[in-house]
Amino acid sequence: MRTIEQLLPNHPFFTGLEEPELRLVAGCATNVHFHPGEFLFKQGGSAERFFIVRHGSVAIEVHSAERGTVVIDTVADGEVIGFSWLVPPYRYVFDGRAVVETSAVAFDGTCLRGKCEDDPRLGYALMQRVSSVMYERMQAARVRMLDMYGSPRDRAH
Amino acid sequence: MPTASARAGDEVVLDLSGLQALIDVLLADGRTVVGPSVRDGAITYTAIETIEALPRGVGDEQDAGHYRLRERGDGALFGYASGAQSFKPWLFPARQLLWGGQRTADGFTIEPADTTPPRLALLGVRGCDLRAIAVHDRVLGSADRPAADAHYLAARTDLLVVAVACAEPSGTCFCASMGTGPHPGEGADLVLTELDVDTDHRFLVEVVSERGAAVLSAGVPVRVATDDDRSAAAAVVADATDRMGRQLDTDGLRDLLYEQAESRQWDEVASRCLSCTNCTLVCPTCFCTSVRDVADLSGDKAERWRVWDSCFTGGFSYIHGGSVRETPSARYRQWMTHKLGAWQDQFGSSGCVGCGRCITWCPAAIDITAEAAVLRSAAQPREV
Amino acid sequence: MTVPTDTAVQPPAGPAPDAMVPRPFRVVGNRQDTRDTVTLTLEPVGGRRLGHQPGQFTMLAAFGVGEVPISISGPVSGPLEHTVRDVGGVTHTLVQAREGSMLGVRGPFGTGWRAGDGKGGDVVFVAGGIGLAPLRPAVLEVLADRDAYGRVVLLYGTRTPDEVLYGRELEQWQQRGVDVEVIVDYGPPSWHGRVGLVTKLVPRAGFDPKRTLALVCGPEVMMRFVALALTDRGVAADRIRLSMERSMVCGIGLCGHCQLRELFVCADGPVFGYDRLAPLLDLREV
Repeated sequence: MRTIEQLLPNHPFFTGLEEPELRLVAGCATNVHFHPGEFLFKQGGSAERFFIVRHGSVAIEVHSAERGTVVIDTVADGEVIGFSWLVPPYRYVFDGRAVVETSAVAFDGTCLRGKCEDDPRLGYALMQRVSSVMYERMQAARVRMLDMYGSPRDRAH
Repeated sequence: MPTASARAGDEVVLDLSGLQALIDVLLADGRTVVGPSVRDGAITYTAIETIEALPRGVGDEQDAGHYRLRERGDGALFGYASGAQSFKPWLFPARQLLWGGQRTADGFTIEPADTTPPRLALLGVRGCDLRAIAVHDRVLGSADRPAADAHYLAARTDLLVVAVACAEPSGTCFCASMGTGPHPGEGADLVLTELDVDTDHRFLVEVVSERGAAVLSAGVPVRVATDDDRSAAAAVVADATDRMGRQLDTDGLRDLLYEQAESRQWDEVASRCLSCTNCTLVCPTCFCTSVRDVADLSGDKAERWRVWDSCFTGGFSYIHGGSVRETPSARYRQWMTHKLGAWQDQFGSSGCVGCGRCITWCPAAIDITAEAAVLRSAAQPREV
Repeated sequence: MTVPTDTAVQPPAGPAPDAMVPRPFRVVGNRQDTRDTVTLTLEPVGGRRLGHQPGQFTMLAAFGVGEVPISISGPVSGPLEHTVRDVGGVTHTLVQAREGSMLGVRGPFGTGWRAGDGKGGDVVFVAGGIGLAPLRPAVLEVLADRDAYGRVVLLYGTRTPDEVLYGRELEQWQQRGVDVEVIVDYGPPSWHGRVGLVTKLVPRAGFDPKRTLALVCGPEVMMRFVALALTDRGVAADRIRLSMERSMVCGIGLCGHCQLRELFVCADGPVFGYDRLAPLLDLREV
């Protein structure tokens, strides 16, 4: 199995980061593993970490009494989850649950924020990458909101 | 036996013919006397008129998922732990008519159901079941509620209770842990303890209320209790206290259950639980109900019935196309957390009286006292 | 022979035993609000009007069909009003109730919004979808005594412009001193109002978080996010009230169906302080 130091330089999320910056980031990272059904994070919890999935699948879920549990997104191999670590008040608003055996790299949010504050160039570089992922997901969420596949009879407009 | 007069606060003694005389006085008062009897291989609380109907020489063996009657080989009338059901079906029936309605030309009319009190006397109420009645008084009365349950109030009005101390706790009993027995607490009119079945078969009677005293004075031959009678009764209770089948540590139990809401133990017990609702059916304090609206074929006559319900059913928490508590895990957690925890916040006491019926009648042999112990040890910080 | 009736346990005293028996009410109006929602106006057949607190509900029955909990959506004076959405067997019958027909009513039940606690400060109503209906009596209560309050704001989110409830009345409220902001999830180009999630309106709405009472009603997910947006802006948790919903059968805290852990939604609620609810809202299947 490759170490974190070996994984990061080749990962698309970190493309373009210099070696010293990669080492800073790797210093905040650990390998983690989740069994099916285990929660990576829960709604209401304080957002300590973000993850890159090495292998497996994570469901982002919303639960309510009226609708039960609805999966609103899934994150698979190589993808990033958890942005609440970067945005105050650093709080998860959804649940993240491993669907299958999932191994991931977990980045300590407090550690990373600290390093970003000490090194604004690193901070800007991470912000660019996080914004890019959030931008894609927001566009996709807006288009999915159209309920395109539903019957015209079910739609209000 | 010479007849002594009795007043509230006295202790007297009666023999077997005295017990029959007690039943006769209650019957003459226009009451239905409900007491233990053997039926279909179990002790059930049913209408009786003579002491021959009582389970003479019958004991019970109870354990998780296990219930058997046994021959004691003596003449004890109350030599078992408790009936398969409690007295709940008599005060809070499984089906109760609430109102009848009739469609009319411009709408409908409603006729509330009759709430005439049935006038009962309960004979053989154990400490656990006596406390359960007090618990229901709190739940179904209006102290904490916008309205009381009218039918329960009616059944409870003018109720006469003859409690009997338990001499033979069973394998699933834990009344001592819950502070409800083996000696009955408050709420009875008379408290009996059965003594010396083989040599001098008699009952110590604690006359608790004026009404209990009046019943004895209406023609029940009794004599004044002696110190020997009193110490014999105390020995029966002390012995029973030491022979409880189970125990439950209630210290900080509500907080423990609230904190363990996300424990994996709920999934573990749910893998065994069949959601069969037996536990809620036999529990003397469970009170959840639903309503059934029934109409005749023309749709012109309708009735609304109140029926027992259970939080273990899939539809119990149904709103808007789904159930809030979809998984058996969530439902088991609900029942146990409510019974041993949330009840405290709602009604100021535990909902459990330690009768053990939920353990005895669970086909999967799930034991609420064992589950509580597992949760408690799961909550301890682990040694590193 | 009678025996004296004193016992060690007194049967508890209770009010008149009719809380489970419906009262007949006549439908005097059925107004279509949206594609699947109507507002029924009801008057009692004999006897007095209910006299309710804003935020309370009744158990509304269609004879021979069934009974459902519906929030009262009208002012405290005047006839009984219920805004009903067609979502199942009983509500399907209720929305079709013709003028002159008869329905059964039990209630009113539950705790109210107590909007009066906001006097001397600002009041913010945040409504999601049909959640505006249970809030309407409280808005009308505040308007009836407008000078006792500071800024009064209504933030109303709904799916599309077609599903806006009480449209003309919202304009009247605006004229009478309520800052009304409507926002939809999506809409046609002819809609010139705002589009987005109702939480978007919270950060810049015109109220002072330190002297605000916030009353929130809508789907549970919406109320969760709105409560977070309000606390992020500095409104204290015990100054935010939510109206919760659970399965109900009796409405009087006896049948057990509506329990939310230790809370009976019909008797301890449906209006609860967010400080009390917050830990329970994060638990699944409770």
